[in-house]
Amino acid sequence: MRRRDFLRTAAVFVSGASVSLSALEFLDPGKVLAAHPQLRWAFLVDTHKCVGCGFCVKACKIENDIPLDANVTRTWVERYVIKKNGETVMDCPKGALDGYTSKLLDQGKSGKVLVPDKEVAQAFFVPKLCNHCELPACVQVCPVGATYQTADGAVLVDRQWCIGCGYCIMGCPYGVRFFHPVERVADKCTFCYHRISKGGNTACAQACPFGARRIGNLRDPDDPVAKTVLNQRVGVLRDEYGTKPHVFYLGLNKEVR
Amino acid sequence: MVEQAAQMIVHGEAWTIKDLFVLPNEYVYWSIQIVMYPYMTGLVAGAFVLSSLYHVFGVDRLREIARYALVFSFALLPVAMMPLLLHLQQPLRGTHVLMTPHFTSAISAFGIVFMTYACIVGAEIWFVYRKFIVDSVVRLEAQQARKGLDGLLLLIYRGLTLGVRDVSPEALDSDHKAVRFLAGLGIPVACFLHGYAGFIFGSVKANALWMTPLMPVIFICSAVVSGIALCIVSYAIFMEIRKWAARHGKHWLLPDALAHGKHAVDAEHLRGVQQHEVTMTARYLLIFMTLAITLELLDIIFRGYTAVKSWDILRDVIYEHDFTKIFILQYGVGNLLPFAILLLPGLTVRRAALASLFVLFGVFMMRWNVVIGGQAFSLTFDGFMHYHLPVIPHDLETFKEGLMGALLVIATPFVIFYFLNMIVPAFMEDKDAH
Ligand code: SF4
Ligand code: SF4
Repeated sequence: MRRRDFLRTAAVFVSGASVSLSALEFLDPGKVLAAHPQLRWAFLVDTHKCVGCGFCVKACKIENDIPLDANVTRTWVERYVIKKNGETVMDCPKGALDGYTSKLLDQGKSGKVLVPDKEVAQAFFVPKLCNHCELPACVQVCPVGATYQTADGAVLVDRQWCIGCGYCIMGCPYGVRFFHPVERVADKCTFCYHRISKGGNTACAQACPFGARRIGNLRDPDDPVAKTVLNQRVGVLRDEYGTKPHVFYLGLNKEVR
Repeated sequence: MVEQAAQMIVHGEAWTIKDLFVLPNEYVYWSIQIVMYPYMTGLVAGAFVLSSLYHVFGVDRLREIARYALVFSFALLPVAMMPLLLHLQQPLRGTHVLMTPHFTSAISAFGIVFMTYACIVGAEIWFVYRKFIVDSVVRLEAQQARKGLDGLLLLIYRGLTLGVRDVSPEALDSDHKAVRFLAGLGIPVACFLHGYAGFIFGSVKANALWMTPLMPVIFICSAVVSGIALCIVSYAIFMEIRKWAARHGKHWLLPDALAHGKHAVDAEHLRGVQQHEVTMTARYLLIFMTLAITLELLDIIFRGYTAVKSWDILRDVIYEHDFTKIFILQYGVGNLLPFAILLLPGLTVRRAALASLFVLFGVFMMRWNVVIGGQAFSLTFDGFMHYHLPVIPHDLETFKEGLMGALLVIATPFVIFYFLNMIVPAFMEDKDAH
């Protein structure tokens, strides 16, 4: 090959390669969304409306393939009974899968206790789920990046990549994570990402007969959830951990753990 | 998915008993293997630090036990990885940590730190034993009729020379320098390896018992303590075995006798060496023990004094639920008792070994109280979880994360050591070795 020919071929090759490389550059949807942040999922729980029926828990388990009889759950409902002497008794048998139908409070190994009606100052229910934190501890501690945050604020687990070390379970200050008994990887509430990203509702919010649970977009000023979070006195759980949780509660009080 | 006939047991349910108000997903997820993990890494790091005391600081009286500690530390190395793999729900994906390390996580760099450390220890052993390896090749090659095992040994030694057969004084001198350098480098890396294990716990902000910046330092000190103690105990035991073997001519237990002829090992001489080394090492053990206890007590006192929100439940765990495990087993049997045994005048090898056994137990209890104790209370601060170690396994999970799995982890380094010792005799007394 003559020298000039070689140079020409080389030039063609190099320019061709650079064109194809730039054509191959991926459009990262995450970056696109981050540049136009029109979406930030958030959840609103109105504790005043919750009656502890557990429909949400059942709906969630069926929708997300968590075996009904397994003692783990993506969402659960806690019961608080505050006595007139200030003492608080709480329980959450099976995550309230079957709803609260008995006045007996399940205290695990200590058995069941009954608080007589006349001693009760107030009693209420508090639904819980993953807070899809702004600064999620679970994402921080995952050694392989299997737990990750999407640009619209949801925190998800990659079932194909999770090694099952359980560090995220230890790291989450809300106890929302567990090992899926069939998949054997870390699992938790996804805000029903497969539904909401297609414009649907979460299974739990849909199942709640009293409208105690709602999903919404914080960035949309007309969104009812965003409006409530902005205009009313809402609280979040355990903000002392600095994770900036995104499940907001109406009617939260200091006894709630 | 529909309801199944049999109750589906989720991970952790088999050994967790919940009391009072505990969240539905809370279990003791990190069980016995996660107790074993810092315990084994601690032993690796501690044994190495002991060997470096001689190589770097020239504590000449530790010469023999130092070489032994180095080889033993190498035998312990692969075992530090084992509990992690036994603990993973997806052990086959363990390599993902190396493929996509997510560096905000304290676990992610473990593979890297661990391998760096393994390379350092491996290289140091190679330099220490290079002359021996070359000598062995020469000796075996000179043999006329080689038996099967000798042929294999020759093959191994040939590979181990890495093609370098130069044993001139200059070459040995540079070996010497390399050993010193590696031993010096190894100390910070060993401390890092183990301080790092402490950081894995200390940085979990969700766990009120774990979260303290003291955790890595406490882990390092107790690591050195346990490493030294293990070396004393195992050195004493192996020396007994060697004395017995020397008397009865059981040469398959004495690789150096195989190499240098049986006059190389004589029972009386062995006794003298052992007494000297063990009592000397015991002194270092005492120093590091004092340091470890001081830090641990500081931690408890500080928590009690500052008494933040979580102190209510921590106090219940420390002073009531785990009182026996912490104050009697860990501090009493594991610290005070060996302290007394070691300080009484006229220390003998047997007594030092006994005290070291207690120390080993004490450090194990410390790991237990941190790992299991940290999961003994609920995130609600209003409930407790009791851990019941599965003793008799009835499925893979209760085997892996039960007593059997733990025993497997404990037994493995001794098996590895047996074979390693055949190739690089840990008890070889070589006057001009390093
Ligand atoms: S609630 Fe827990 S699991 Fe959910 S995002 Fe926050 S830290 Fe992660
Ligand atoms: S269990 Fe899975 S998702 Fe959780 S930290 Fe480990 S690898 Fe990440």
